[in-house]
Amino acid sequence: MGKVLMKGNEAFAEAAIRAGCKCYFGYPITPQNEIPEYMSHELPKAGGAFVQAESELAAISMAYGAAAAGGRVFISTSSPGLSLMQEGLGFICSAEVPVVVLNVSRGGPGVGGIQPGQADYIQVTRGGYNGDCKIPVFAPAGIQECVDTIYKAFDIAEKYRNPVLIFADGMMGQMMEPVVLPEAKGITAVEDIPSVKPWAITGTDHHEGRNVVYSLRMQPDVLEAHVEHLFEKYDEAAKELVDYKAYSLDEAELVFVAFGTMSRLCMEAIEILGERGIKAGLIRPISLWPYPDAAFDLIPSTCKTVISTELNMGQMIFDVKNAVSGRFPVDFIGRTGGIVPSSLEIADRAEKILASRK
Amino acid sequence: MKTVFEPTKGMTPADTSYCPGCTHGIAHRLIMEVLDERGLLGNTIGVVPIGCSINAHHFMNIDMCESTHGRAPAIATGIRRVHPDKVVFTYQGDGDLASIGAGEIVHAAHRGEKFSTFFINNAIYGMTGGQMAPTTLIGQKATTCVSGRTVEQAGMPLRMCEILSQIDCCVYAERVMLTTPANIRKAKKAINRALDVQLQGLGFGFVEFLSSCPTNWGLAPKDALKYVEEKMSAYYPVGVFKKPEGID
Ligand SMILES: Cc1ncc(C[n+]2csc(CCOP(=O)(O)OP(=O)(O)O)c2C)c(N)n1
Repeated sequence: MGKVLMKGNEAFAEAAIRAGCKCYFGYPITPQNEIPEYMSHELPKAGGAFVQAESELAAISMAYGAAAAGGRVFISTSSPGLSLMQEGLGFICSAEVPVVVLNVSRGGPGVGGIQPGQADYIQVTRGGYNGDCKIPVFAPAGIQECVDTIYKAFDIAEKYRNPVLIFADGMMGQMMEPVVLPEAKGITAVEDIPSVKPWAITGTDHHEGRNVVYSLRMQPDVLEAHVEHLFEKYDEAAKELVDYKAYSLDEAELVFVAFGTMSRLCMEAIEILGERGIKAGLIRPISLWPYPDAAFDLIPSTCKTVISTELNMGQMIFDVKNAVSGRFPVDFIGRTGGIVPSSLEIADRAEKILASRK
Repeated sequence: MKTVFEPTKGMTPADTSYCPGCTHGIAHRLIMEVLDERGLLGNTIGVVPIGCSINAHHFMNIDMCESTHGRAPAIATGIRRVHPDKVVFTYQGDGDLASIGAGEIVHAAHRGEKFSTFFINNAIYGMTGGQMAPTTLIGQKATTCVSGRTVEQAGMPLRMCEILSQIDCCVYAERVMLTTPANIRKAKKAINRALDVQLQGLGFGFVEFLSSCPTNWGLAPKDALKYVEEKMSAYYPVGVFKKPEGID
């Protein structure tokens, strides 16, 4: 199939449909409104169901119900909406139900603004939900990669029976790029759900025994055993899902660490610095949880500074410091509030930091 | 030998965990009996709330899921989209439905969701130990209004049947009480009506059960039933608020 020019949000919605998404539930919030709009007319054509939820609390709850009943479920929101979904996300981890969630993030805190941001990094990687649980988080850096990630995310969510989060930003949602759309998989027929998901609540006539999807465990020993079971899954997921890309680390004097939109700007900044005779490299985490600590072992001894470069006031930097483990100085470049810096600004600031570290 | 009575297959053999005199058990059994009599147990998916009856899935012998507090109607909305041909219901207490989940129930009704909600109104938060609910009566004592609820402090109790029956796509709303055998028979009839409405795809159906909570009301079980009949039903009149034509 050839390339088509699509707006990010519409391509993301189409990717979910092609992955066999049965249900989409959404509440309007900029900059991801094209997703519920697209789903409202395209998902029913593919045999799926669209509901405009009354809130993000309701949207994540609908997602939980549909997924517990065996449907493939996709939901999307932007930052303040993700805050409202935290209750549901923690519950879904506990109840072990697969759901794919896309955050087309914007600036915060509070209602913040509607321009792109990465200030939800701590929220998506640590969660605002209560209790011991983890959610795999992927940070694609362009529309094609985001499309491919959404398409794959359903299988990951189903394998681990856990939510999977995709952390795109408003820039990716709103821009247009040529994309190759994946092949349509088709929706699992309702009669086939029990064989694909024998744990799903489909009615006792349709599977062996009785299925109950639940979270409450009143006995501490039973709850502890459940959490340990969850963590066995997370350990396996951490090994399987860790992902990153490393660029031009050979003999680098400075190494940017950046994800999503910011990593693309860093690629340009590396070129600008190169023209100034400075060797710069980039580590781009693709999985934010699990965090690619091993990538930091590739940093050469020529490096004078590792610069966490983010669209926030410094959130990923804690993971960067943890991964660097004192081997190199760690610095920070960031803009927030919805401001996306130019690659020139990043290069200038990086050059100054490097000079101060020499 | 002719069988004149046998326990419904809709209830598991487990003993219920409810306090003596609590009417959750009666409501469970009635719903399961109706599903059993109609041959629907194996094609039904139920959603239990946060509240004493989160344990209902240990007793109701069907596929079920637990809910986040108050969100059962949204959860059932999701289930319904995957299984348009099955019976779906939520079972919710008054803290769950009328307080934290007031938004979800109103919007499920407003969308005309084709599932049924069974609402257990015991005018108190049972599971957390007897705090005031939105449905607590004026003058009724609770641990967060020890001298009795007042209008000044907490407004007037919410009447959910009256509220929901104003919503066009809530096509059926009835309030019953779980007190005497005659009233319990009426409650069973209401459950049947809710299922008729659902199976015929007519819209959202709602049954409110005036229920007792002897433990948190500080009353003996018999006195608690008397309280339902005399005090609760005076403020919450029983009867059909709305019923589609053709549903008997
Ligand atoms: C988000 C959240 N808030 C509060 C609670 C605590 N809680 C558990 S049950 C309950 C009230 C239940 O009362 P009701 O719905 O009237 O049901 P009952 O127990 O009386 O049957 C509350 C507030 C909770 N579990 N989750």
